Amino acid sequence: MAFELTPDRKAILDELLPRYPTKQALTIPLLHICQEQNGHINEDVIAFVAKTLGISTADVQGVVTFYTLFMQKKVGRNVIWVCRTLSCELAGAREITHCLEKKLGVHCGETTTDGEFTLLKAECLAACASGPMIQLNDRYYENLTPEKLDEIIDEARKRRDDKVKGAFSPVGILANPGSK
Amino acid sequence: MPVENPRILTKNYGTPQSWTLDAYERSGGYSALRKALQMEPAKLVEEVKAANLRGRGGAGFPAGMKWGFLKPVPGKPNYIAVNADEGEPGTCKDRTLMELDPHRCVEGFIIAALALDVHSVYCYIRGELVLAIRRMEEAVREARRKGYLGDKVLGKDFKLDIVIHAGAGAYICGEETSLLNSLEGLRGEPRLKPPFPAVVGAFGAPTIVNNLETLATVPTIIEMGGDNFSKLSRLHDMKDGGVRLYGVSGHVNKPGVYEAPVGITLRELIEDLGGGVRKGRKLKAVIPGGSSTPVLREQDLVNAPDPKHPMHRWHGKSHLDVPMGVDTMRGLGTMLGTCCAIVMDDTTSMVRAAENLMLFYAHESCGQCTPCREGCAWMARLCTKFANGTATRQDLDTLLDVANNIMGNTICALGDGAAMPMLGILKLFRHEFEAAIGHEQPSWGGVNA
Ligand SMILES: Cc1cc2nc3c(=O)[nH]c(=O)nc-3n(C[C@H](O)[C@H](O)[C@H](O)COP(=O)(O)O)c2cc1C
Ligand code: SF4
Ligand code: FES
Repeated sequence: MAFELTPDRKAILDELLPRYPTKQALTIPLLHICQEQNGHINEDVIAFVAKTLGISTADVQGVVTFYTLFMQKKVGRNVIWVCRTLSCELAGAREITHCLEKKLGVHCGETTTDGEFTLLKAECLAACASGPMIQLNDRYYENLTPEKLDEIIDEARKRRDDKVKGAFSPVGILANPGSK
Repeated sequence: MPVENPRILTKNYGTPQSWTLDAYERSGGYSALRKALQMEPAKLVEEVKAANLRGRGGAGFPAGMKWGFLKPVPGKPNYIAVNADEGEPGTCKDRTLMELDPHRCVEGFIIAALALDVHSVYCYIRGELVLAIRRMEEAVREARRKGYLGDKVLGKDFKLDIVIHAGAGAYICGEETSLLNSLEGLRGEPRLKPPFPAVVGAFGAPTIVNNLETLATVPTIIEMGGDNFSKLSRLHDMKDGGVRLYGVSGHVNKPGVYEAPVGITLRELIEDLGGGVRKGRKLKAVIPGGSSTPVLREQDLVNAPDPKHPMHRWHGKSHLDVPMGVDTMRGLGTMLGTCCAIVMDDTTSMVRAAENLMLFYAHESCGQCTPCREGCAWMARLCTKFANGTATRQDLDTLLDVANNIMGNTICALGDGAAMPMLGILKLFRHEFEAAIGHEQPSWGGVNA
């Protein structure tokens, strides 16, 4: 089925468009908006973005595969990025990763069978002085201990709604449709 | 000498709601902009030159000189692209400015735009930094409502807007030409230089790319005067001026982001600001300014007996006691980079540390150049062999070879940025690699080790 943006998300795009001299510059912002709606990027989304911006699907596909925040398959309702890079590793990232894998029963790169969590390894997330750290959906959790981690996961599990929070959009907050 | 605590860039960090316009104005914010509006653009550039402001993004290029390279083209706009992609491992300083004092950033962008006749500033923030993106966008909106941005900046006939742009996860997009491609909606693959961005940059137009902290420093320069700002530095005489943000992470008691004059020593950064090596342990190695900068040790001494040598002042001193500046760190065979140090104590396996970093570069190479794409992955595989205890003596030679063959053979500096720290570790810690042949390296056991 062809992908279309909901009217409120279309309004975000319309507000962003005049900020750039070319339509193609909207590729990344629009992909973010679409992913937030759809949960991940599939062929229908790619076709929609290409058509909307007047570029080829190959161009869009090339962008989607280049950037880590674009999910090319379905992810859990929550996405956990655990930083593995040096500063965090020195501060105990391995232990945090093991705890996560044990608690969720999956390895990095996998999604829990109930579809609640996808666990992914991240490269340095600019929180090096407060490692170990994870990004849970759109939020950072820093200076982690196994105990704190337990609480964070339990709480995320309790928040029940249908939205795929892991497909957050940093772009929605850039627009304020309707206000000028 | 105790480390001075200038509290300029971090002046508002402790203030409640420090990110609001109200808090910023109460601390004297936007008065530098009012002053700048009374000055000629050329005078603004001159002040930044006099400030000896070296770029805070990693290369340390003099900001005033870069601004002088902007080559306006009739019929085309000039742009500023702010680099807030902060992704160099160990580096977490720009994020604090955006989250805690976004209006300082906005004020800096506006003054730079006045100086460079720019009417659109694009601020490229890595997509993961959602809070920073939100605070920066809020700040831009508040500034627009207050007339600091818009058709007439504070009533002057000067139109300006700032566009906050979110990236999507890719370290390479911090490289300036990759950032421009990414901003244009392309894959973040670096461009061949020349042409430099100041001539052909964003959307084919002349563009100045500056690090976020570089620009956030500008209001202070205009407020106090370039020369006065420069003199806050301990390396004013080496044309490395002012104050800057330092980071310290890894095995220290008080990891964090701190403000200090340019030119404090690594020892001061580790001991005085970072609270010393954790648990009273001994320091093994320190990466001075983000993962691409070769590692230093305490026991290595400056060897510059010739009085004419630029490093002679520190002849015989430990590398930890040399002031941290763009040229002094180069003099030690490393780089100042982002000025965010990673500290490793004597429990650290340098083989594991190298493996960790090479995995990073292998993941982040954009893949355009064969030596970088293949070389980074190869270095990572070899480091893993050493870490597992399955490496041979031949692998050590290969590792050196691969690193040497990347140097100078790539489009952008990521390749060198991976090879240099690898070569640095091999030079100072070759014995650990030799000892690892046939012996698995302990993992470093985490927080309780
Ligand atoms: C691989 C690579 C990554 C980089 N990442 C960043 C970054 O995240 N932030 C940044 O400001 N500069 C980064 N740089 C440096 C930029 O290319 C550029 O020199 C800098 O933004 C210029 O700003 P400055 O002169 O104000 O320092 C990177 C360079 C390379 C080669
Ligand atoms: S050096 Fe590496 S990151 Fe830079 S352009 Fe070449 S392949 Fe890409
Ligand atoms: S190393 Fe983990 S946030 Fe930088």
